[in-house]
Order: sequence, then C-alpha cells, then structure tokens
Amino acid sequence: MTKRQITMKHFLSAAALAFGLLVGGMPAHAEGEAGLLKSGSDVRDQASLQRGARLFFNYCVGCHSLKYVRYSRIAEDLGLSEQEVMQNLNFTGAKFDDPVVSHMPADSAGKWFGKAPPDLSLEVSAKSADWVYTYLNTFYLDPHSPIGWNNTTLPNAAMPFPLWELQGMQAAVMKPGTDEVEKLELAKPGKLTPAQYQQATRDLTSFLEYASEPAALQRHHYGIWVLLFLAFFTLLAYMLKKEYWKDVH
Amino acid sequence: MANVFTSIGDWVTERAPNMMPMYRKHMTEYYAPKNFNLWYYFGSLAIVVLINQIVTGIFLTMNYNPSAAGAFDSVQYIMRDVEWGWLIRYMHSTGASLFFVVVFLHMFRGIMYGSYKKPRELVWLLGMLIFLVLMAEAFMGYVLPWGNMSFWGAKVIVSLFGTIPVIGGTLVEWIMGDFLPADATLNRFFALHVIALPIVLLLLVVLHLAALHEVGSNNPDGVEIKKGPKGNRWDALKPADGIPFHPYYTVKDLFGVGFFLLIAAFIIFFAPTFGGWFLEHDNSIMANNLVTPAEIKPVWYFTPFYAIVRMVPSFLGTAVWGVLAMFGAIVVLFLLPWFDRGQVKSIRYRGTGYKVALGVFVIAFLGLGAVGAGITAEVIPEWFGNVDLTTWENAFGRTMTLIYFGFFAFLWAYTHFGWEKTKPVPDRVTMHD
Repeated sequence: MTKRQITMKHFLSAAALAFGLLVGGMPAHAEGEAGLLKSGSDVRDQASLQRGARLFFNYCVGCHSLKYVRYSRIAEDLGLSEQEVMQNLNFTGAKFDDPVVSHMPADSAGKWFGKAPPDLSLEVSAKSADWVYTYLNTFYLDPHSPIGWNNTTLPNAAMPFPLWELQGMQAAVMKPGTDEVEKLELAKPGKLTPAQYQQATRDLTSFLEYASEPAALQRHHYGIWVLLFLAFFTLLAYMLKKEYWKDVH
Repeated sequence: MANVFTSIGDWVTERAPNMMPMYRKHMTEYYAPKNFNLWYYFGSLAIVVLINQIVTGIFLTMNYNPSAAGAFDSVQYIMRDVEWGWLIRYMHSTGASLFFVVVFLHMFRGIMYGSYKKPRELVWLLGMLIFLVLMAEAFMGYVLPWGNMSFWGAKVIVSLFGTIPVIGGTLVEWIMGDFLPADATLNRFFALHVIALPIVLLLLVVLHLAALHEVGSNNPDGVEIKKGPKGNRWDALKPADGIPFHPYYTVKDLFGVGFFLLIAAFIIFFAPTFGGWFLEHDNSIMANNLVTPAEIKPVWYFTPFYAIVRMVPSFLGTAVWGVLAMFGAIVVLFLLPWFDRGQVKSIRYRGTGYKVALGVFVIAFLGLGAVGAGITAEVIPEWFGNVDLTTWENAFGRTMTLIYFGFFAFLWAYTHFGWEKTKPVPDRVTMHD
C-alpha cells in the first residue's frame, strides 16, 4: 500500500464517517424527543390493529374523524369482513365505502372544548407513535383545569380523558414548592390493570399508526422481495463487470 | 430477425447519417480513463435519479391537485387510493433527497480531483448551473404537498427576497402572487416545478455531458490521458490509458446503480420519512397560516445555506447581508476554477495545506448543516449545560461561515503565491486495488 493510497483511503473514510454521523444522527435527532415513552406499536400485528380499531370506534370516533380512511379499507387491511366492520365498528350509519367521519358537529365542538377535535388520520405522522402513546398514558386529574383533566405530554390539552374508565384516575405528584409535575400516580384503579391499559393504548397507537399510513402494510410486504431482487441483480451486475474488466490492467 | 434489425438500422442511417457517429462519439468511442474509483459512480447515479424524478413525477401529476384547497387531500389520495400511489410518491420524495446526496458527493469528487480546472471549467460551470436549478426545483417541489412546513418554509424562503432594499416587499408579493403563500403561489410553483425547471434541467444536463465529452473525463490522478501515450486495443490514435465508455463503464455503472437502488429501496420500503428528515412530521399537517410549526427549518439539503443566512448579522439597518452571503456561498463555488490557480489537479499530489483546508471545508459545510437543521440548538445545552444558546450558536455558526468562505480565500493565496508544495504527478494514470 503506497502513501498515496492511505491519503485516499483516509479521505474516503473521513467522508464516509462524516456522512454516517450525519445520517445516523438524523433519525436520532428527529425521533429522540425527550421524555416520551416507547410505544412498542407494531402495524404488522393484525390482532393488535383489530383491538386498537375496536378501542378507537368505542372511545374516539364520537369526536374524532379519520377522514382519509374508509371503512372498506379497514376491513381489507385488518382482515375483517364487511359484516364485522359494519356491525362492530360503524356506529354512524355510514356506507361501507365511506370515510370514517365523526358525527360531532364541528361548530358545537368548538364551543364545547374551545377547539374542534382534530382529525386523527395523520396524527401519528404529524407527531409520532411514541408521542400518541405517551399522551394516552399521561392524563391526570387537575382541579385547576376547566375540564378537570390535564396532561403532562400536552399541557392544558382541551380533551377530557376518554379512557378514564379503563385506566382509572391518575393524580399528579408535584415537585415540592413548584407547579411542575414530578410523577403521576394511579389514584383510583380502572377496569384494566396498568399492564392491560398499556397494552390497550399500544393497540390504539398501532391502529392510529396504521391510519396514518395504510401503505406501511404493503411497504413491509413487498420491500423484502424488492431488496432480494436488487441484491441478486447487483450481484449479477458485479459479475458482469468483473468479466468485462478482466482485460483492463 | 437479425435481418430486420439491420434493415431498420440501414433505413435510419440513410436518413440520419450522423446518428451512429454520435452514438460512437459518446459511448463506444468515448475513451474514459481506466482508473475511475468509487467517486466516479455519482455522475451516472445522478442521471438515474433524474430519470426517476421525471417518471415518478409524471405519474404524481396525474393525480395531484395544484390548489390550496385540494393539494393536501390529493397527496393523501395518492398515498391511499391510487394504485401503487404510495410507492410512486415515496420514490419521488426519497429520490429528491438522494438527488442531493448524489450531487453533493459528485461535486466533492470534482473538487477533490480538480475536475473544475482547465480545460474543464465549462463542465464545472454547467454543473453549478444544474445545482442552482436543482435547488429551485427542489424548493418548489417541497411546497407542492401543501403541508404546514411547506407553507412556512415557502414563506421564510420567499421572504428572504424581502430583505432587498427598496424593491424587496414588492418582489416578495410578485413571486407569491399574494401576500402569503396561497393558491396563486401553488399554481405557479407547480407550473415551474413540472414544466419550466425540468426542461432547463434536462438541457443543462445535455450541455454538461456534451462539454465533458469535448474535453474528456478527469480521473483520480488528475492526469490528462489525451496528453499521454497514444494507442489502445481499439484505436491506435486514442489515449493508451482510455477504455471505451461502453461497455466498460456502462457495466461498471450498472453495478453502481444496482447497489444504489438497494439503498434507495431500503429507504423507500422501510424508512420513507427517514426519521422525519426526508418527509417532515409537520408536513403531515395541512398548511395553516395561523399555526406556526415549533421550529421552521428547510429540508436537510438546504440547511448549510440556510445557516449562512441566519448567522450573518444585519447591519446598516438591513438584513440583506445574510441573503447576499447565502448566494455568495454558491457564487464562490462557481468561481472555484479561478480561485484555485494550482497546476496540480488531484488531491493525491497536492500540498498538505490543500488537504487540510479541504477537510476543514467539509467540516464547516456539515457544521453549517447542523446549525441550519437545529441540531446545534439541541446539542449545545446538552453538552455545555446552561449556557446562552444564541451566543454559542452564533459563535459556532459564524466560525463555520468564515471557514466556508475562508477556504476559497486560502485556496487563492495558497496557489497564487506559490506556497503549495506539490508532489510529482505521474505521466500515466495509476491503478489501485
């Protein structure tokens, strides 16, 4: 190895390292929001998506729409029949091919809550699965709040906690002498144990993650085959190159 | 069958006698140096990405609705209801980011091996024009999905023109066709993104290649193969160190393309948002002029230039200096062939001062990227505790800005006053590994 080569290699590796650091640092920087719980959500877990859908249609759709998601698409992607979806998930009398639209009138909702409940089609894309999961786990009773509830992930959230009968009621333990929340404690247990509630919110997060990007199911399904094909193609191209370049010295 | 092809070939040749000579000139009888290394893949990869952007762009256009009311919904329509629409869009969005990855590396290759030097100044200038048009193209494309970051990004970038004294305000309204980014803005950006700029881009790419093939490719040794000995296996008068582009580099590039597509496909299928860097979280919220994102920042490939705008202070009652500096950062790149007066092209044989300066320049460029992307704003408090963020960020960002421009000043002085101690350049290209 000549000195020249070392210089070249040095530069190559320096550039590769810099690029690697940049690229490697990027997702960490974007996703590593401080203080969020790991959701552990998985859009490939169909049973989890089904449970999450049930929770969504029982507790959320009263106020929140999924205007970009159709009932028929949910049936197809979650492995449910038309009948199952129409009987168990569709409580608004919508048609099978209609999008999921809440019946709550936006005008009144604005009056009741201070703002209209947002559409949740892209909630996970806009925030992150971890954010949604953490949000659903950090409601607490707050006597100072007009709605009686508050949230450490989204302080002064306009939403009254809809899952309280499942989780129970959490109370905030304040840092002494401040109005900063130190931790949350379960003051009154709900129908579910803490572990069951975490699983339930994980399911709900998975379903919302699916709603944000139904294509994720197809991506994962086809991706591996595309990569295998390209790996094979690249190998062939490499062998072809080797063959052609045998006589270049 | 072979007869049919021959007669079709003859038929065409009779009517367009220069077709085959042109093919030979640019492919089978274009003699490229035989010692291209890894860095020489990025030119052909840029063409692959360009074609990808055009083809996927055509299909996106079929379902996209260029109006403030309909744009955001139509993108979701593409993502959910159009057959394979999600794949087409991810190929386009990933392609945009990878375009810049490839082009940055391609440009760095040109700098490292002195490919901008005589006789290739025209190739470099045309390449820089491509880079400039590509930035405009990418910026307008970024606005089209009409997410909230599209909106605020457009507002901030277009507002930069507002710093120009006297005409600034009028100019901003003229560009946007409104007082805010709105329907009119989206319509014209769409027209420019899908018609005007791609045409210019394609023309410039053809000229870039034509200019390159006039003078021939440079190589990692910076040796002019046309000045070396003559006579190779194919032609007694052509450079001895040259090999026909086709088939040698077409098969080599085919391998490069395969490898590149492997990486691209991994991103498209398994990390299309790339952790919020290729597709940003705030762009999943529709444009809203009443809700400002927590942190307005451009997409990653603009961050070094955006950082320069932010870091240059305003004085004499105007903020135009930052904008001038940002454009200046591109102008100095255009003028690189005239800053660098050294005779030796390749970094392999250049002085230590050059190697160090180039390394520091790369660090400054990445450092500016970190400032523009808001990474320093996050990292400084983490590393140094409770310090004044603005002071520290400005100190860092301004140092990096000075180094960025300092590289060009240094390069001029270093080569103009003959301070550079170069190594002897070999007569022939060298083959490694």
